[in-house]
Order: sequence, then structure tokens, then C-alpha cells
Amino acid sequence: MAIPLSYVVRNLAARRVTTLLTAGGMALVVYVFATVLMLAAGLEATLVATGHPDNVVVIRRSSQTEVQSGVERGQAGVVESLRDIAVGPDGSRLVSKEPVVLINLPKRGTGKPSNVTIRGVTPAGIELRPQVRLAEGRMFRPGTAEVVAGRAAAEGFRGAGVGETLRFASRDWTVVGIVDAGRTGFDSEIWGDAEQMLQAFRRGAYSSMIFRLADPARFEAVKREIEADPRLTLEAKRETRFYADQSETLARFIGILGTSISAIFSIGAIIGAMITMYASVASRTAEIGTLRALGFPRRAILVAFLIEALALGLAGGALGLAAASFMQAFTISTTNFQTFAELAFSFTLTPQIAAASLAFALAMGFAGGFLPAVRAARLSIVDALRAA
Amino acid sequence: MFFPQLVARNAFRHKLRTLLTVAGIVVAIVAFGLLRTVVDAWYAGANASSSTRLVTRNAVSLVFPMPTTYAQKIRQVDGVKGVSWANWFGGVYVTERNFFAQFAIDPATYLPMYPEFLLADDERRAFLADRAGAIVGRKLADEYGWKVGDTIPLRGTIFPGTWSFTLRGIFDGAEASTDESAMFFHWSYLNETVRQRFPRRADQIGVFVAEIHDPSRAAEISAAIDATFANSLAETLTETEKAFQLGFIAMTEAILLVIQAVSFVVIVIIMAVMANTMAMTARERNAEYATLKALGFPGAFVAGLIVAESLAIALGGGLLGIALTIPAAAAFAGAVGTLFPVFVVSGATMLLQLGAALAVGAVAAVAPAWRASRVRIVDGLRAVA
Repeated sequence: MAIPLSYVVRNLAARRVTTLLTAGGMALVVYVFATVLMLAAGLEATLVATGHPDNVVVIRRSSQTEVQSGVERGQAGVVESLRDIAVGPDGSRLVSKEPVVLINLPKRGTGKPSNVTIRGVTPAGIELRPQVRLAEGRMFRPGTAEVVAGRAAAEGFRGAGVGETLRFASRDWTVVGIVDAGRTGFDSEIWGDAEQMLQAFRRGAYSSMIFRLADPARFEAVKREIEADPRLTLEAKRETRFYADQSETLARFIGILGTSISAIFSIGAIIGAMITMYASVASRTAEIGTLRALGFPRRAILVAFLIEALALGLAGGALGLAAASFMQAFTISTTNFQTFAELAFSFTLTPQIAAASLAFALAMGFAGGFLPAVRAARLSIVDALRAA
Repeated sequence: MFFPQLVARNAFRHKLRTLLTVAGIVVAIVAFGLLRTVVDAWYAGANASSSTRLVTRNAVSLVFPMPTTYAQKIRQVDGVKGVSWANWFGGVYVTERNFFAQFAIDPATYLPMYPEFLLADDERRAFLADRAGAIVGRKLADEYGWKVGDTIPLRGTIFPGTWSFTLRGIFDGAEASTDESAMFFHWSYLNETVRQRFPRRADQIGVFVAEIHDPSRAAEISAAIDATFANSLAETLTETEKAFQLGFIAMTEAILLVIQAVSFVVIVIIMAVMANTMAMTARERNAEYATLKALGFPGAFVAGLIVAESLAIALGGGLLGIALTIPAAAAFAGAVGTLFPVFVVSGATMLLQLGAALAVGAVAAVAPAWRASRVRIVDGLRAVA
């Protein structure tokens, strides 16, 4: 024989302020927990979407990032002549030799300088990244001092909007278009003509090369061919892998920070639930005695109080998750420790995160409610009734 | 003596509840203190910087170098006492996870400019004499178990190849805020090797450091240095060391803001828990408060009882929390290693913790105290029946 659920719900409703405060504390913990998970998921989504599984990035061996890398013109020629490079619809080979540099530009809001990635691309380079679409204005014309900015870069940095000019490498560059790169790392970059960039920055070497594989299954063979060639001091990585590697430190930092903060906070919330549930048991001693006298077994009492604690947790979890879901409207832009370049990413709520947050809330409710429920179940009928 | 005694008795009436509340406050205060210390550690580099040092870098960004000839020209600028330079090396020790800062410096001019790095005289001489020598901070040496005479291999990410250095000295920081997790070696060693392997990249400098006589002229001298190189191929940007460090911090500002926000969220959470405790406590004692009033005690006395009890519990938890923050910070610093070169709980943090604990106690008491002071004797006494 179980105690009706309505009894449990009415108990929570009867002590509205206490219920609200306890659930509010848990809601804040769930909010922090969910927000951090969403941030990590957003970062991952951004960097996974940045790479194309059939694309290969070639950088100088052990240079880790494109900015630190250098690919001499002679080496670039060797890579360019690989047999496994795919051919585009117009018959040209899908390979792009790109200079990538970091420059300091003031941010729009604060005027504080931050690093933005400038990438020189070729027509093939644009074709290699189908996720990058023109959103406003037009593409830059090859051979001119025109650039296009990613949406996040255009919104984040002064002078990067359409029609504005940027000054770097002792030249003025006109922004002629905004590209929407979806939620990818390219959204935080500024693109111009590769040869123009090489001249302006007085560079003799490219930073990286990117090409599409004609047969994706041949990646390992191509990688071996590049890395075994004595003329080349380069390494090849799948583009997806390359971008995932770049965010490893930042993702790990967010993960460690988030889990340790959630763990500490949950202790506070569990204590709050425990206080509430102990008080709930104490103030209802006579009721518990009556229920037992009516014939409800100890197990029913235990379950009733556990359900009450779980309901408290669920209410807090739902409240916290609802608040966290509003965070999806925000985009966070920070410097990636590994590339030293600004990267914009947003909070992404996935079904797994929602489930994990609610499970976490229920776990907090259970942890807080278990001991008080045991106390309630162990009360003896006579003592409990006498308390009234 | 009547009032404090009554408060103490009340506070310990429900031992378990008081204990749980105190435990909650301790956890929150420790978490708050640790998060504030993380933020402090972020700013440690900027706070440790000297006001008599200016940093000159390429105006485009740090990635772009400047020619070595700039050293002479900077030295000629009025007000500059001495010039030195450094290159960020960006090497990897064994695996990518072992991150620490490595700089190629000109020791003869660089070390005198940074008196906060304390190096024994014989170790200093050994370092100056060995072109492939290096010095590291005490914290870094402890982390990897390096001893003087050890060989440290680094895999270059910016300068390709494997580089070997012989450890010639371990320096200590003059102050708690000095970075003891950096490695320094000879710029000339780097440059000569680079000249052989990649001639185009030789004779280039990442940043120049200029020491000035008078800190109050920093802005003027910075402008004079930048004017020297205006319209050249490598225009420069000169700022004080502090501004230079703050520039780095500003790049990760979003994360710092989150940490700061979170440190206040934990206080709000514990406020909710504590407010709940006090609300329950006061509700249970409604009849007692009515009795006190019936005996002639004014409403303010009853309210004072609740406020004093709440403050006492919060203060107890707060003080215990502050005491526990110091070992917790030491354990945290040990766990993260050289990620934060400096990790010390500051006096300001402790004051903030104390303030936060008192605020929690005060806020938690407001509603119950107000209600108890307003309770009508008849209603309160009726609740007994």
C-alpha cells in the first residue's frame, strides 16, 4: 500500500517559501552545471563543423597551429602535384596554399585589442569550404586590397563591417562582404587574396595548405607519402582532427572548471535539501505517526519522503534548465589558448545535456532526502503520536 | 549576559540543522575564496610588473618580429636607461600537456633589468658562460624534478627541430607574486642556429624591453619610441609592462567574467539555503516570540534575537571557511601545477569572504526578523494550541 502522490505534492505546496528557496538553490546549481556543459558542447560543435572530413591540412611538422607553421613555395609545389588531390567541377585541382597571420584589432564594445586571424585564400580555398556562404555584399576580387569578414569577426571588431576599412600591413583594406560560416571557426576570421597577403606581410612562405582527397579512404596513404618525402618537413592531418586538436586545451579547461564548480556547488544544494527535508520530517512527526497507525508500512513512509525530495530536485532542475536554455541566445568570444586567436562560439543545448542536468538535479534531491526519509521511516508509532 | 546566552541556546537547539548550515556556508566560502584566487592568479603577471619597464612589440601583432637593429635606436631615445629583448620560443617538453613559458633572452642585459629573479652568483656566472645553458624558476624545477646540470630537450613549434639546453641555475622569486615557472636561455644560441637553418628568419626579435629612469614619463617615452619607427616596415607599439600584460588578460576576459559571476552565484545559493534555515527556525518558534512579547519585550528585541542568531551561524561558517581556504588553495595549486605561476590567497580575498559570510547572515535574517517583530501576540500564542 503506497501513500498517494497528492499527499506529497500538497506537502510541498503547503510550505511554499521553503520549497521555493530550496528548489531555487538547486536551480542555480543546475543552471551552472548545464551552462558549462552547453559551453563545452558549443565549442566542440564549432570546431567539428569547421573541418570537412575529406579535407587534409598540411602544416610544418610539430608546429601545431597554422600561425606557427611555414610551408616554403618549393615544398608547396611538391604537395600540389600529389596524385590524390580531387578535381573540381571546372577541372582545376582542389588545393589551396594559404598564408595565415594574427593581427591585433580593437574590439567594438571595449576598444581593447584582441587577436584576429587573417587568412589569404584562393578560389579553390573558398570551394573547399562549402559551409562558408556570402551573407552580405560580395566576395573580394583577386589581386585587390579587398577582404571579406566572418560574421563574428565583423560584429566583434572595429572596422570589420561592410564598407569599412581595416589598416594592417601598412595598407588599407576595404571590407566588401560578410561571410556566414555557420557556427564554425571561419566565422571569426577575415579573408583576403592569398598572393596579396603574402606581399603585404612580406612573407616568402605560406602557412598551410589544404586540399580535398579524391578518394577519402586513401588518407593514410597520402599522409605517409607526405611525411616520408625527404624534401618535405611537413605533416598532414584530417581537417576535422586538426581543428579538434586546436581546441583541446580550451575544452579541457572549461570541462575541469565546470565539473569542479558544479561538484562544490552541489554540496551546498544537497545540504539545503537536507535541512528542508529534516524540518519537513520534524514538523510532521504526528502525521507520520497517524499514517503508520492507519497501517501504512515503513517502506511507504520512506518512499513518500524520497519522492518529496526527488520532486523538489526535479522542480529545481526544470527551473535551472529553463534558465540555462535562454543562454543559447548568447555567443561567447574568447581567445583560444592554443592559437592565440579569437574564437566565437555559442551555448548549445543538446538532449544529452538536458537529460544529464535533470539526472543531476534528481541525484541532488535523492542525496539530500535519503537520510531524512530514513529517519521518518524509523519513527516508532507511539513516540510519533505522542509528539502531537 | 541574558541576550547572548539566549542567542547561543537558540542557535544550538537543532544541532544537526545548525551543523548542516555551517557546513554549507564553509563550502560556499571556500569555493568563493578559491574562485577569487583564480581570478587574482590571472592578474598576477600584471600586478608583478614594474612601472619602470616598457615593452615594445610589432604594431601588427606579437606574431610579427622586429629587426635587431631596433635595440640601438631605442637606446638612443631620451629617458631610456637600458634595452634588452626576448623571443617567445614556444617549445614542447616531452608532450604538449607540459606547457610553460620559454624565452630566448640576452642575459647580460635582461637579468639586471629583472632584479626580482634571484639567482645565486655562481649559477649566474655559469649561465652567462654557457651558450647552451638555461635557467628555470623554482616552481618549474620542482614540477619536473630538474637539477642543475640536467639536460632539458625541447621540441620547437615556432623554431623547428629538437633543442637541448643544460640547466645552469634555478632562480627564486623575490616576492610571492613573481613568476617562478618560466625558462630563460641565450637568444644568441637560438639566433645562430636559426641563421644556419632558416637564414630568412635570423636576427629578428619578438619584444624589446626598455628600462626607463622616471616612471612618470612612461607615456611620453613610449610615444617617442613608436615615433622613431613610424612608417617603417615594422612599426612598433610600446606600452608599460603592466598594460602589455593586461592586454593578454583582456583576450580571455570572457572566461574571467564567467568565473567572477560564478563566484557570486555560489554566495547566492548559500543565501537561499541559509534564508530557508532561518525562515523555518523562526516559524517553529512563533509561539515563543509571542510569549516574549507578552512578557513585555519589544518587537525589536525579538527581531534582534533572530538577526544575531543568523549572523552568529554565518560568521562561524565564514571564519571556518576562511581558515580552510588556505590549505584548499595549496592543494589546488599543487594539482594544477604551473598553469597558474602564482596562486596565493590575498588579504583582500579573505576580507571579501568575511563580508560575503556576514551578508549571507544578514540577508537570511531580514524576512523572518521582520515577520517575528510584527507577529501579533494573540496569533502567536494561538499557534501553540
